Amino acid sequence: MKIDNNQLLRFTTAGSVDDGKSTLIGRLLYDSKAIFEDQLAAVETTSKKKGHAGVDLALFTDGLRDEREQGITIDVAYRYFTTPKRKFIIADTPGHIQYTRNMVTGASTANAALILIDARNGVIEQTKRHAFIASLLQIPHLIVCINKMDLVDYSEQVYNDIIIQFEEFSSKLYTKDIQFLPISALDGDNVVNRSTRMDWYQGAPLLHTLEHMHISSDINKIDARFPVQTVIRPQRDEFIDYRGYAGRVASGIFRPGDAITVLPSGFTSKIKSIDTLEGTLEEAFAPMSAAITLEDDIDVSRGDMIVKTNNKPTPTQEFDAMLCWLHNDAARPRAKYTILHTSNEQKAMIKEVLYKIDINTYSREEENKELGMNDIARIKVRTTRPLMIDEYRDNRITGSFILIDDATHETVAAGMIL
Amino acid sequence: MSRYYLNYLDELESEAIFILREVWAQFQNPVILFSGGKDSIVVTHLAKKAFYPSRIPFPLMHVDTGHNFPETIRFRDDLINELEAQLIVGSVQESIDQGRVAEERGKNATRNALQITTLLDAIEMHKVDCAIGGGRRDEEKARAKERFFSHRDDFGQWDPKNQRPELWNLLNGKHFEGEHFRAFPISNWTEMDVWNYILRENIKIPSLYFAHEREVVWRSNSWIPVSEHLKLEDGEKVLTKKIRFRTLGDITITGGIESEADTLEKIVTEVAAMKQTERGNRSDDKRSETAMEDRKRQGYF
Repeated sequence: MKIDNNQLLRFTTAGSVDDGKSTLIGRLLYDSKAIFEDQLAAVETTSKKKGHAGVDLALFTDGLRDEREQGITIDVAYRYFTTPKRKFIIADTPGHIQYTRNMVTGASTANAALILIDARNGVIEQTKRHAFIASLLQIPHLIVCINKMDLVDYSEQVYNDIIIQFEEFSSKLYTKDIQFLPISALDGDNVVNRSTRMDWYQGAPLLHTLEHMHISSDINKIDARFPVQTVIRPQRDEFIDYRGYAGRVASGIFRPGDAITVLPSGFTSKIKSIDTLEGTLEEAFAPMSAAITLEDDIDVSRGDMIVKTNNKPTPTQEFDAMLCWLHNDAARPRAKYTILHTSNEQKAMIKEVLYKIDINTYSREEENKELGMNDIARIKVRTTRPLMIDEYRDNRITGSFILIDDATHETVAAGMIL
Repeated sequence: MSRYYLNYLDELESEAIFILREVWAQFQNPVILFSGGKDSIVVTHLAKKAFYPSRIPFPLMHVDTGHNFPETIRFRDDLINELEAQLIVGSVQESIDQGRVAEERGKNATRNALQITTLLDAIEMHKVDCAIGGGRRDEEKARAKERFFSHRDDFGQWDPKNQRPELWNLLNGKHFEGEHFRAFPISNWTEMDVWNYILRENIKIPSLYFAHEREVVWRSNSWIPVSEHLKLEDGEKVLTKKIRFRTLGDITITGGIESEADTLEKIVTEVAAMKQTERGNRSDDKRSETAMEDRKRQGYF
């Protein structure tokens, strides 16, 4: 298998208990030969025990004991498969309403989102919810799988009607790349192999779509941002004066000789070298991990950001954000939380909740402003020190943050900067 | 196509290095849990990269069951010397001698479960606040839901239903005294990725992974190596076979497969054609459908 230039594609799947999401993932894994014999044997045994005819593909993705007992997915589960073209990571997230937080989590790093629609039911509230979250988290590519086509006689009319229903509301979303596919996960139609029962569909099957989707432009290559994670100062004689600023390029491209500014201090210098164990690099781009050394001996530490002098983010202490509340304990108005933004940790306060969003109708709610689990709201944040922010729509790394409750150390909210 | 993208192994490597540096930045006393198996060897290799030109800034911790392959221990000691790293050993034998745990009885008795106590004791004794492991989400269904930073309460227990959400690349390692974290930098790697990476980076691994002649008996569908700890049962015959191991655990429970793969290239080719999962030869996972989840809840690796 030739693997040298294969890219990694992360996608998230959202669907409800009944629309065949687990079956679809099982089908992808099974038909792309990512299932081993002993896994298959275990699933065959369980299928028989439960009285299913044949192999229940959905069982491949069953995880924890509680989930097996309740027959629903509780938490994000990650699945892997590789084809000769790409390596895939699936963030499999539960679809029911109380688990918005898991959908948001799975969506945060995804290149693509798969949304499943049961062809018999068409667009339902949950479809809108999933599409909204994909748009809110700025997943670049959306694939709408209209599933269970076998149960609607593979009807082109049904398929086209659902596309129209979807487009009626999706015009309000940010997602630009939306593709539709008629599939039957149960029988494998248009999943890995082209369906012979839907000649009217001219597009590619799902796997082909995933393999060929253009994802190189998903990462911002314009605005050079390097959040410093830690400073490397070797205790070895041969490197006595070495100061390497270790981090992962968040966006853009850095080269030796580049004029840089360290934020928030504003000190300027030039990049001397970009180092790895294998030697120095001529350039580093997102999402590479590297260590940067500078021409001048200036004070740089964790939480600082190295940027190009001619393209700087805005250091700011007050900004608007879309916030998803992730915790059972409701937000405390004007309370202080720890904010984690890139490698920078500060204190922050939710100054004001402007409005909440009903993710089923996309309407604003301006009366009830209490933030509880799974709520999504536009808020005003104030931080004790400046953060080096970009808008989330331009940069998913320097435009995102989490809030941590100091009393419990739990992650309570995820934010996207506007 | 633009040249500004990483191939998947480079992206996985970069992600793992990012996580290792976050561990170093967010914790006071991290260690790498080192078993001598390929996954912990890869994690150690990644740590070397993450902090170059510094040495790996934290110790390696080995939970020694006393039922080791001698090759593993030799390999461990050579690697420690080469890296100029510090080694901490937690001994299951000592835990038994101190009466902290009792040996399992019966036919398939192993020291696998006993490691949990020794591991948690060592973590407490050395005030470890983050133990870095080579766990991968593709290994087992309970691991598929593991986080990069996985919280353990002050009894060392994992609560799969109450995990912190992990978004973007923001890792929350905050904890109270007595609690600790497990960190899994190669969560997103599969067995195939690990082997391809070992091949690409030419990483040294114990000779046990390569096909070699060994005295074995056929038990539970795999070739169990003959050792001082193995009691032959009626009808079992000692044979000499050319075998290799896909994973390394205790010598008492790690079964080998017949193989001619005596180079890294041949191993990669063989693994690519495998029809069984690598843990299919580990009897510790076969005890029940949720064997791994149950052990993880209690504080297993």
